[in-house]
Amino acid sequence: MHVTTDFPAAAKKALADPSLQAALARMRNGFVTARATAVARLPEFEDLRDRAQAIRDHVLQNLDAYLERFEANVIAAGGQVHWCRDAAEARQTVLNILRQTGAKTFAKGKSMVGEEIELNPYLEANGVRPIETDLGEYIIQLRHETPSHIIAPATHVSKEQVAEVFRAAHGHLDVGRPLETPDSLLAEAREILRKEFLSADAGMTGANFLIAETGTSVIVTNEGNGDLSQTVPKTHIVLAGIEKVVPTLDDVSVLLRVLARSATGQEISTYTTFSTGPKRATDMDGPQHYHVVLLDNGRSALLGGQFHDMLRCIRCGACLNHCPVYGAVGGHAYGSVYPGPMGSVLSPAFAGIEAAKHLPHASTLCGACEAACPVRIPLPKMLRAWRDISFERGLVTQRSKLGLALWSFAARNPALYRMGAAIAAKILQKPRAILRLVPGLSGWLATRDFPAAQGKTFMAQWKAKRG
Amino acid sequence: MTNADAPRTPPDHPRVALLVTCLVDVMRPQIGFAAVQLLERAGCIVEVPEAQTCCGQPAYNSGDRADAQKIAKDVIEAFAGFDYVVAPSGSCAGMVRAHFPELFANDPVWGPKAAELSARTYELTQFLVDIMGCKNIVTADASVKTAIAIYHDSCSGLRELGIKAQPRTLLKAVPGLAVRDYSGSETCCGFGGTFCIKYPDVSDRIVTQRLADLARTPGNLLLGGDLGCLMNLAGKLSREGSPLRVFHVAEVLAGGTDGASIGEEG
Repeated sequence: MHVTTDFPAAAKKALADPSLQAALARMRNGFVTARATAVARLPEFEDLRDRAQAIRDHVLQNLDAYLERFEANVIAAGGQVHWCRDAAEARQTVLNILRQTGAKTFAKGKSMVGEEIELNPYLEANGVRPIETDLGEYIIQLRHETPSHIIAPATHVSKEQVAEVFRAAHGHLDVGRPLETPDSLLAEAREILRKEFLSADAGMTGANFLIAETGTSVIVTNEGNGDLSQTVPKTHIVLAGIEKVVPTLDDVSVLLRVLARSATGQEISTYTTFSTGPKRATDMDGPQHYHVVLLDNGRSALLGGQFHDMLRCIRCGACLNHCPVYGAVGGHAYGSVYPGPMGSVLSPAFAGIEAAKHLPHASTLCGACEAACPVRIPLPKMLRAWRDISFERGLVTQRSKLGLALWSFAARNPALYRMGAAIAAKILQKPRAILRLVPGLSGWLATRDFPAAQGKTFMAQWKAKRG
Repeated sequence: MTNADAPRTPPDHPRVALLVTCLVDVMRPQIGFAAVQLLERAGCIVEVPEAQTCCGQPAYNSGDRADAQKIAKDVIEAFAGFDYVVAPSGSCAGMVRAHFPELFANDPVWGPKAAELSARTYELTQFLVDIMGCKNIVTADASVKTAIAIYHDSCSGLRELGIKAQPRTLLKAVPGLAVRDYSGSETCCGFGGTFCIKYPDVSDRIVTQRLADLARTPGNLLLGGDLGCLMNLAGKLSREGSPLRVFHVAEVLAGGTDGASIGEEG
């Protein structure tokens, strides 16, 4: 996976983008309120979170066994399973399947793993035309962008920008057509995509869950595009991370109850689709070929280590929605297809901490992510764990290292610390002009006042009064 | 998660060590004295261990575990032997209570010591309400002209220590004061310790959002339990020319709002 993070510069750019900021304001209010409302209406929500966590923990303790059971049941249902160690193997595997079936066009349901392995550019370079069929993914495909949110990939795009890119891409349509309303944009996308579904040689979906006992893949969508991608074309390819497996249908029903509520605040998504193997003799329709491409790409290396719990993630996006930093800068600033708190834990794991060194620090550690996570992943703890690794490997700036060393030395020597504190208490009473010279304060002072210190430390006053 | 390990019944006059916190020490000692006053009113014998400096959170959150551990060991020693340790900050109390045991998770010597200190360390309002059973800690000194106070929960206090009801319970007893939440009460203010130094522009955008939230709730005071968050909010409010006056909850409970608020010329 590719991570290009110059988070500080990208964040600055994002803060200065009025269209992005307007989009983020809409998103911030929408998702958080919707989740809170849905949770308030379900008294057993906290119990369900415990059960969801327990299911995911159990799977991760027994991942090999459940994956093998899943594979056996896919094969029993007439499908094939492909094990891929990394992104390159997964891309190659998908291309091979497409070549075997002679597919030239490929209707894709939304898949974050597809983004993770950067499938589209690879297929294009190899003569296959991928068509994103999720509206958000379709929009960003036309804009040549990566998703900025794991469940709402085009959340950064305004409807005016959608109209603009539709006019450019759909040149055969009447230039005078009105495209001001979301409905008109949706109608146009439906019109275009419907033809693509019907003519695509192969289809792909991700998977929200893989069910071991039945060999089933499950997707949740709100547009129905996933269903068309997987049932209309002759070949259905499921692309999923190995951690997506769960033991039983009952387990999936628990996870579904927390997933949609955590993600969009819906009780359940509009479509929840289960697919098991290719078309059977008695089925009216369905694909002739059914393939599951399972991706490791760094996941198994997390098992049993300090980031083990991250594999519980069910990709609901609640941690993004509740993160104040994500809410301020949006997803692209993170330079990874997995943004926000979950991304800042996963990106260093998948792309290396050297490439993603800024991300664990792009957090106030406020804990809103962990509080919203349906499977209670201790995200702040894991961000700190990456900070530890980053510090150990010397990936922090000399300046912050030096500052920290000086401060730590003082903190370990109370007499010295007292002197430093007394000086600080004097300096920090001064007017802004002088405060600006204090290292690290100029950024704060650019937009905020710095409340003045009272002049004498508590410790000095206490000693004088009671010491 | 309020006090998972059931607290002991406190002695009538427990010996309480005040963890002053580095920000209160340097920036606003008045909060420390307010905390001492409140603890003494509640019947505690308050001491201020001289060897204390800082809880080590900046090192801990910066990935410098070795220094965080060294500082934590000093803290454990400085605060040994007291019935309780109390800090006028959810962030520093959270560091000791929630993170010290984690720092020494696999250490057979310091692990139990960290756990022992963690179990008797509290944030001020949490200690007064949950341990000392206070409902009304206000005396005639607390002069508050009729006011509406908006409360901002600090993230560490709220999510690491479960502090929500305690400050509101105590503030309810202040005559003339009505306490309200606002839509941003539980959302980060953007301070984040070293975060506001490292990413001042992102931090500023987050506090700007809190100001927009605050503008929708009428009130004349903004109160909270963590000086870092309050300095951030007060600094932004004063730059924007807002009349909202910002105080630490301990200041209001101990002495009212006649004095200079955070960021006001004293």
